[in-house]
Amino acid sequence: MIDKKDVTETNETKETSQYSLNDDRRVKVLSPGALVVKRFFRNRLAVLGMIMLIAMFVFSFIGGLVSPYGQDQQFYRYDSQLKEFAGVVKNNDFRYTAADGQKFDSVLQAKFQLAYQKGESSFNYKDVDYEITEEGTDFYSISSDGTMLAIAFKDIVNGDGADIPFSVKYEALKAYTNNETAFTADGAEYTLDADGNIVTGGTVIGYISRFVVSPTGNGVVFERIFKEQLEEAIDSGLEEFNYVDAEGEEYTYKITYDPTSLTWSVKQGTETYVYDSYAPPSKAHPLGTDKNGMDMLTRLMYGGRVSLIIGFIVVFIETIIGVILGGIAGYFGKWVDNLIMRIVDIFYCIPSMPLIIILGAAMDAMKVAPMTRMVYLMLILGFLGWPSIARLVRGQILSLREQEFMAAAEACGIRVSRRIFRHLIPNVIPQLIVTCTMGLGSTIIMEATLSFLGIGVKFPFASWGNIITDVNEAYVMTHYWFVWIPAGICLLIAVLGFNFVGDGLRDAFDPKMKR
Amino acid sequence: MRKYILKRIALSVGILFCVTFIIYALLRCLPASYVENMAMQLAMKPGAKPYEEWLAQLNASYGLDKSILPGYLTWLGDAIRGHFGDSWKYTVPVLQKFSEVIWLSFIMGAIAFVLELIIAIPLGVIAATKQYSRADYAITAGALVGISLPTFFFATILKLVFSVKLGWFDLYGLVGRNYAQLDQMGKILDMASHLVLPITTLVIVSVGSLMRYTRTNMLEVLNADYIRTARAKGLSEKKVIYQHAFRNTLIPLVTIVGGSLPSLFSGALITETLFSIPGIGYTSYQAMLIGDIPFSMFYMTFLAILTLAGNLLSDILYAVVDPRVRIA
Repeated sequence: MIDKKDVTETNETKETSQYSLNDDRRVKVLSPGALVVKRFFRNRLAVLGMIMLIAMFVFSFIGGLVSPYGQDQQFYRYDSQLKEFAGVVKNNDFRYTAADGQKFDSVLQAKFQLAYQKGESSFNYKDVDYEITEEGTDFYSISSDGTMLAIAFKDIVNGDGADIPFSVKYEALKAYTNNETAFTADGAEYTLDADGNIVTGGTVIGYISRFVVSPTGNGVVFERIFKEQLEEAIDSGLEEFNYVDAEGEEYTYKITYDPTSLTWSVKQGTETYVYDSYAPPSKAHPLGTDKNGMDMLTRLMYGGRVSLIIGFIVVFIETIIGVILGGIAGYFGKWVDNLIMRIVDIFYCIPSMPLIIILGAAMDAMKVAPMTRMVYLMLILGFLGWPSIARLVRGQILSLREQEFMAAAEACGIRVSRRIFRHLIPNVIPQLIVTCTMGLGSTIIMEATLSFLGIGVKFPFASWGNIITDVNEAYVMTHYWFVWIPAGICLLIAVLGFNFVGDGLRDAFDPKMKR
Repeated sequence: MRKYILKRIALSVGILFCVTFIIYALLRCLPASYVENMAMQLAMKPGAKPYEEWLAQLNASYGLDKSILPGYLTWLGDAIRGHFGDSWKYTVPVLQKFSEVIWLSFIMGAIAFVLELIIAIPLGVIAATKQYSRADYAITAGALVGISLPTFFFATILKLVFSVKLGWFDLYGLVGRNYAQLDQMGKILDMASHLVLPITTLVIVSVGSLMRYTRTNMLEVLNADYIRTARAKGLSEKKVIYQHAFRNTLIPLVTIVGGSLPSLFSGALITETLFSIPGIGYTSYQAMLIGDIPFSMFYMTFLAILTLAGNLLSDILYAVVDPRVRIA
C-alpha cells in the first residue's frame, strides 16, 4: 500500500520536472572554488585535521576566556613540614632532693636504690642507719635519727619561675601521690588541681608531672600549657594535637612513641603557605598545577594562544617578505632576479637554529623583558624563514608571466605593481596557502623547541614548549605526567592539524586530481 | 658540465663569504659577556691587574678590539689557513674539539639515515601504488604524525617508556656506569645500546618527509604517459611498478638523498642535547650557550658549508642522473 503510493509520487515528480528547469534538472556546474572545497571535504584526513585545528583554536582562544583562573594566577596550599621539636620521657627513675641543710650524695642514692629494689625499709652506710618511709606512690622520704634527709620521687615538681622550697615540694608530692587535692606547708594553704598544678592564693607556683620534656633545638622554651596539652595527649594515646602558642600561631604536633628508648618524640608541623606546586589533577585543577602552583589547564589554554599567535605572526612576516621579494624577482627577471635570488641563497644558508640559540643566550645575558623577547623571537623567526616562500613565488611567477593574460594586462596599461600583486600573485595563492599551512606547523614546533630549551618564550608567559621544560628534571618526568604529557599532546594535535589540512589543501588545489 | 660545476662552486664560495660575514657581524654585536666574566675573574685574583686592563688584553687576544670589518677579515684570513682559534669553553683549539666529536655525530646520522631510507622508500612506494587505500591513508597519516612530532616531546616519551618504566636503556649519556671495566666488544655494545633511543628519535621524526617525498614522486611517475604505454603493452603490474615506475622515481630520490649526505655531519642538536650524547650538536650547543664566539663561528660556518655542498651535490646529481635535464 505504502509502496504503491511512493511509486506514484516519484512518477509525478519525474513528469513535472521534465517541463521545468528545476535546480535538480540542471547539469551541476561547480566553480573552481567549490570544486576545491568538495575535494577537500572528501579527504578524510584533511577533515580530521580541520576538526583538530578547530578544537585547538576553541581550546586556546575561548578556553582562556572561560577558564576561571588567570594565566599566571598562583595557587597556594598549606604545607606542613614536620620538624623534630621535643623529646618526652616518662620519668621512671628516682630523683632526689635533699632537705634544707642536708646532703644526700650519690652513694646514699645508690644505697637507697638497692634497698628499694629489695623492698627493705632501711639501709646502713658507714655505720649510720637510714630509714625509708613510703609517703605515697613512688614517693619516699629518707630519714636518719628522726630528721628527714631527703626525698626520692618519680613525679617531678617543676617551679614556675621561682624555685619551690623543700617543704612545699615535700607536702605537694605527698598530697599528689596520695591523690589529695589540698595541703598546707609552712602555714600556707595550697591546692592541687587535676593537672597537677600547685595553686596558692590564686596563682600557680608550679606543677607536678611524671613527664620530662626536653627541647630538641636550642633556645626553645616550652610554655606550661603546651606541656600540659602534650602530657594529656600522651596520656590519652593521641598521635596528633594542635596547639596555639602565645603569639597566636597554630601548630600541629605529631607524637610518635619509640618503645626501645621509652621516649616520645614530638614533631612540630609548621604550617607554611606555599605554592601549590605539582598538585595532582583534582576537581579544581583538572590537570593539576605546575611548578609555580599555576593551574595547568589554564596555562595550556594561554600557552596555546601564545604558540598559535606566534605561529601566525611569524608565517605572516615570512609570507609578506617572501611574496614581495619573490614577486619582484620573478616578474623583473634578469639582474633583479639574480640579486634577489642570491640574497635568498645567503639567507637559506644561515643556520637558523644555532643563530637563534646564540641570540637567545645573549638575550638571557641582557635580561630582556619576556614580552620584548617574544617580539624579537617572532621577528627573527620571520626574517629567517622567508627564503623558501620567495623561491616558491618566484618559480611560479616565472612561468605565469609568459602566459597570455599577462600580455593582455600589459596591453591594458596596468601599472607594474598592480600587475604583480593583482594579477600574478593571486595565481600563486593556492601554493602559498599550502606552504603557509604546513609552515605554521613547523613554526609552532620551532617555537616550542626553542621555548623548551629555555630560549624562546619565557615565564610568566606560557607556551606549549616552555610548559614541557619542567621535564628536564627527571623527577618531574617520571612522577608528574600531567605536567608535560598534555602540553605535548596539544602541540602534537595542533601541528598535526595544520599538516593534515595543508596536505588536504595541496591535494584539493591540484587540478590533476581526479577525485 | 665542468664549467657549470665551477661556476656553481664559485657562487657558493661567494655566498659563504656573505653568510660568514653576517654571522660574524651578528656575533660581534652581541654583548661579549663571556670575555667580561673572564676579565672579572682574572681581576679578582690577588695581585692581578685591574679589570679594565684585563678586558683590554683579552679583547686584543681574541681580536675583539678591532671594528667589525677588519675583525672579520682577520678571522677570514685565519679561517682560510685553517686556524679557527681556541674554543673559550673547551680551552682547546676548535678544530681539535671538532675532530673529537664529529665522528660520533656522523655515525649516528648515518645509521639513522640508512634506516630512514629502508623504511621510507618501500612505504612511500606502497602508498603511491595503492592510492586512497587504507594502507595509503595509514602511511600518509603516519608520515604526517612523524613530521608533526616535536623531537623533544617524542624523545621524552621514549625515555619515560624505555628508560624509566622498562629500564632497558640509560636516560642520558653515551657510556654506562661500568664502561671502563668492559672489554672491547662490551664497550661497543654499551655505546650502541646508548645510541638506540637517540637514533630511534631521529628516524621517527625525520622519516616522514622522505616518505611523503617518495609517495609524491611515485604518484607523478605513475601518472606519466610511459606508464600508460607500459600497461597498454600488457606488462604485468609488478613489472610496471618496480621496473618502469620505480626506476624513474629514483631520479628525484637520488638527488635528494645525495643532497642530504653532507648534512649527516651537521649533528642533531636537539636530540644530542636531550640524550647528552657528546656529538657536534651537543658540544656546540654548550658552547653557544655561553657565547663561545670561536666555536660558534666555526660551527655555523661548517653548517653553511654543508648546506651549500648539499645543494650543489643535488643539482649536479640531478643533471647526471636525469638525461632529460640539460644544463644551460
